[in-house]
Amino acid sequence: MLSKKNLQLNENGDLRHLLAIEGLPKRIIERILDTAESFVGVNEREVKVVPLLRGKSIFNIFFENSTRTRTTFEIAAKRLSADVVNLDVARSSTNKGETILDTIANLTAMHADMFVVRHAESGAPYLIAQHAAPHVHVVNAGDGRHEHPTQGLLDVFTIRKYKKDFTRLTVAIVGDVLHSRVARSQIHALTTLGVPEVRVIGPRTLLPADIERLGVRVFTSLEEGLKGVDVVTMLRLQNERMTGALLPSASEYFSRYGLTPQKLALAKPDAIVLHPGPMNRGVEIDSAVADGKQAVILPQVTYGIAVRMAVMAILSGSTR
Amino acid sequence: MTTGDLYLPAAEALFNDLKAQMAPAIAFDAKLVGVFSGGAWLADRLAAELDGEHEVGYIDVSFYRDDLSTSGLKSNVRSTQIPFSVQGAHIVIVDDVLFTGRSIRAAVNTLFDYGRPASVQLAVLVDRGGRELPIAADYVGAPLIVSRDLMLALSKDDAGKFALTTEPWMQR
Repeated sequence: MLSKKNLQLNENGDLRHLLAIEGLPKRIIERILDTAESFVGVNEREVKVVPLLRGKSIFNIFFENSTRTRTTFEIAAKRLSADVVNLDVARSSTNKGETILDTIANLTAMHADMFVVRHAESGAPYLIAQHAAPHVHVVNAGDGRHEHPTQGLLDVFTIRKYKKDFTRLTVAIVGDVLHSRVARSQIHALTTLGVPEVRVIGPRTLLPADIERLGVRVFTSLEEGLKGVDVVTMLRLQNERMTGALLPSASEYFSRYGLTPQKLALAKPDAIVLHPGPMNRGVEIDSAVADGKQAVILPQVTYGIAVRMAVMAILSGSTR
Repeated sequence: MTTGDLYLPAAEALFNDLKAQMAPAIAFDAKLVGVFSGGAWLADRLAAELDGEHEVGYIDVSFYRDDLSTSGLKSNVRSTQIPFSVQGAHIVIVDDVLFTGRSIRAAVNTLFDYGRPASVQLAVLVDRGGRELPIAADYVGAPLIVSRDLMLALSKDDAGKFALTTEPWMQR
């Protein structure tokens, strides 16, 4: 079986599928960020479309619901002139008993060129990439607790826009790291790009036991962890993934780990605040911070389109 | 830099010829749009040395090319910058080497996504023939015959002096 890393890259070392940030070489991440920079310019024009992917068919296959991520992938594909088909598989064939691979085989028979896949099971996009026809590219749009690579890329793209140099930054990721594929992708992207200090902050029950292995510093006190940081990423408290009693209550969580203006003041004065959305105001983030000057949450959404355009364009130009 | 046994003319002399052709012909306020990278350098120099008020823009044609599935996306895409209104403007596209015409087609298509110009002309330092599309330049520094096996491009040294160089085609 191919290793995960090999599956993403072709023989020339070019990106063929985007499945995870883990194992991606720095040059690939930087190439995506640099290409996205040019797409930011396209998105600011009156005519926001380029003809690069004319005639290509991109299928958004969401085995798990997500309005925002699916929409941004759809906009990105349309701005590249690709034809986009959205499949809400969560509500269709799989409920009738069809396997993932049969679904994929059927869509490939419809001449798909790219699959954008979200699935509640970690690793599902790998399974699809392993069985995809040679000309088909796969983008992981979030798989279980594993990774959400385009989110990680848009996070570092946003950080680069505001902070320029990664090698002098301290970045804190706050909250429900245990259930967060966003956190995992961002940690891998930051460490690969040379960020010297990545901190994760949260209650022990919401931090993976072996998280230090990823090269991060662990804090259970928000006040301690925020001291002197340049970037704060707030994670969404994922109520829908909470099965056990990991937390006493949302209000107690907010009092200990919610980002208020007072707590943000412990970070550097020019620190920026990221959030992957959708936000739970009053749970992980105070409205005064979410709507404040240091928040770059809406720019993240805007840049996310350029980053996804870059990923789709680079993948479409690579061969097996 | 490999030049083989080919005699390449001095790029600075070609530049002066090109400039002399353009000076009496282009509109006083013609905008100069350079195609990255060589064309961008030429557009900058022309704008500085030609009389008149010539605003400068730059185009990277990567997102408008027709060879993505065979050649892929080049690794160092630059940002297209058109800092003026294209609508109703007289525009001269500037490039270093005119060959198949595919880059110029892509440049014209890029331009039209910014507006409807009053006119578009083409100025190139070198026309090496080999056209695959019905495209011709209005101003040409010089025609030049170069083997199809070689890529011909403009380079610029630290002092800003131009030179023509050839090398085997690279993948991407």
